[in-house]
Amino acid sequence: MLCEHCRERDAVVHLTQIVDNAVTTTHLCEPCAAAKGVETGAGVAKFPLGDFLATLGKSGPAEQAEAGSDIPCRFCGATLRDFRQSGRLGCARCYASFDAHLRDLLRRLHGSSQHVGEMYRLSSAAAPAESETQRRLGDLREQLRRAVDAENFELAAELRDRIRVLE
Amino acid sequence: MDLTLIPDGGLAWLDASGPLAHVVLSSRIRLARNLEGIRFAVRARDADRRRVLDLVDAAWQRSAAARGGARFLLDDLGPDDRQLLHERHLVSKELAAAGGERGGSSGAAVYLAGSLGLMVNEEDHLRLQTLHSGFGLTQAYGALERLDSELGVALPVAFHPEFGYLTACPTNAGTGLRASVLIHLPGLVLTKEISKVLQGLSQVGLTFRGLYGEGSEVVGNFFQLSNQTTLGKSEEELLDHLGKIVRQVVAYEEQARQVLLRDAPTIIEDKVWRAYGLLRHARSLSFDEAMNLLSGVRLGVGLKLIAGLSVYTLNKLLIFTQPAHLAALEVRSANDPELRATRAAYVRRLLDAEAAPPA
Ligand SMILES: [Zn+2]
Ligand SMILES: [Zn+2]
Repeated sequence: MLCEHCRERDAVVHLTQIVDNAVTTTHLCEPCAAAKGVETGAGVAKFPLGDFLATLGKSGPAEQAEAGSDIPCRFCGATLRDFRQSGRLGCARCYASFDAHLRDLLRRLHGSSQHVGEMYRLSSAAAPAESETQRRLGDLREQLRRAVDAENFELAAELRDRIRVLE
Repeated sequence: MDLTLIPDGGLAWLDASGPLAHVVLSSRIRLARNLEGIRFAVRARDADRRRVLDLVDAAWQRSAAARGGARFLLDDLGPDDRQLLHERHLVSKELAAAGGERGGSSGAAVYLAGSLGLMVNEEDHLRLQTLHSGFGLTQAYGALERLDSELGVALPVAFHPEFGYLTACPTNAGTGLRASVLIHLPGLVLTKEISKVLQGLSQVGLTFRGLYGEGSEVVGNFFQLSNQTTLGKSEEELLDHLGKIVRQVVAYEEQARQVLLRDAPTIIEDKVWRAYGLLRHARSLSFDEAMNLLSGVRLGVGLKLIAGLSVYTLNKLLIFTQPAHLAALEVRSANDPELRATRAAYVRRLLDAEAAPPA
């Protein structure tokens, strides 16, 4: 069965949700499930043919949205909530608008958020300007604070390195 | 649609000239790219899609890699023609579906030049792709890279110093590169080793699916292996990794075939010749049945049990026995129930022309 979302990979996560007394089942591949905020858990559904049933009540992951998920991207108007529903971003600027959220997500999906490889065009609009750098530093310091709180020292060390580079 | 407008009919990769062509049918690479300052598909309006198409059109005309190419606007094609392009692996199912929707303003287009293709207004603004015969990832990437860098000079491609090329779905961000190798694994299926191999794939960051997007079924023992992640590794690393694993899988497959020949020669020979006999004489074939029988015959050719039948013919049968292709041969609709008889007749005709006298 193909993932209902990307129609590219096999669906390995079969998410059963009860919304308004109706049972719906969504079939997703692991990356799309992660993009939608479904935790598949370590070792679960690693086997592409395996079945994994997550039964979530009314308060599905979409409802547990953290603060800020209704703040729209200034260019296209998409919100984080929109992204969680469609799994698709509204424009290239969404990556800057939802920077912190996407960095976490990209790490979960790819194991890294730092691009390596081809880069034929470094457009001026994409290169971080001075204010952009300040904003990112703020984000990073906030992430660092949370990482230390969560005793995630590996991430904390990485964040400190990134902050040092930007400073 | 005038298929003669398509360079090589888009079918040069069928010629089985590439490395390991007896096991690996094709190597495909696609790159996802988007334009800055224009909304992505989920939020795009007609004017956005139009603008993407205009910008891409100008860039394509100026590209040396694209010289001699052709353009097809999906909105201008009927459903059978759109399906034909999809069956030929030239457009995705989604792009084929987009044409005809939105009252003819989908802006969906495909550009074709030799082994190169470029889909416009799919999930991403641009999807560059290339399809090569056999196991040839490096060769495929070389061809695509040239077109990519030419378009990259001409277009305001969305790029982020940390996240790389920005895509509509974060699962494609970074390189935007998805490489897939279409591989025939009857030996591993028959020896029941396949689930172990597939399980191993997900542990090394690869994923697999069947030959044709529709349904989940792996038909005819064909598997498409591809990279799961696109960010944090360079294009070369991604291709090298996939290539190494494919080579390993091919080695397992060859081992499995030798085990079958050694331990169960009669069963295997019987399976191969029954498949061949059915294809030579059947009067009605469903697509799935034809695929499964062709898998048996392909195994027989690989094991040199059947002589005088070319891999090229087998590849051609894979493409031309699909509904829209058969319909085009006989001016029918792709939904016509009589297609099963047409399919059987077409298979008989091609196999008879190359008939090998049974040993
Ligand atoms: Zn998916
Ligand atoms: Zn946006």
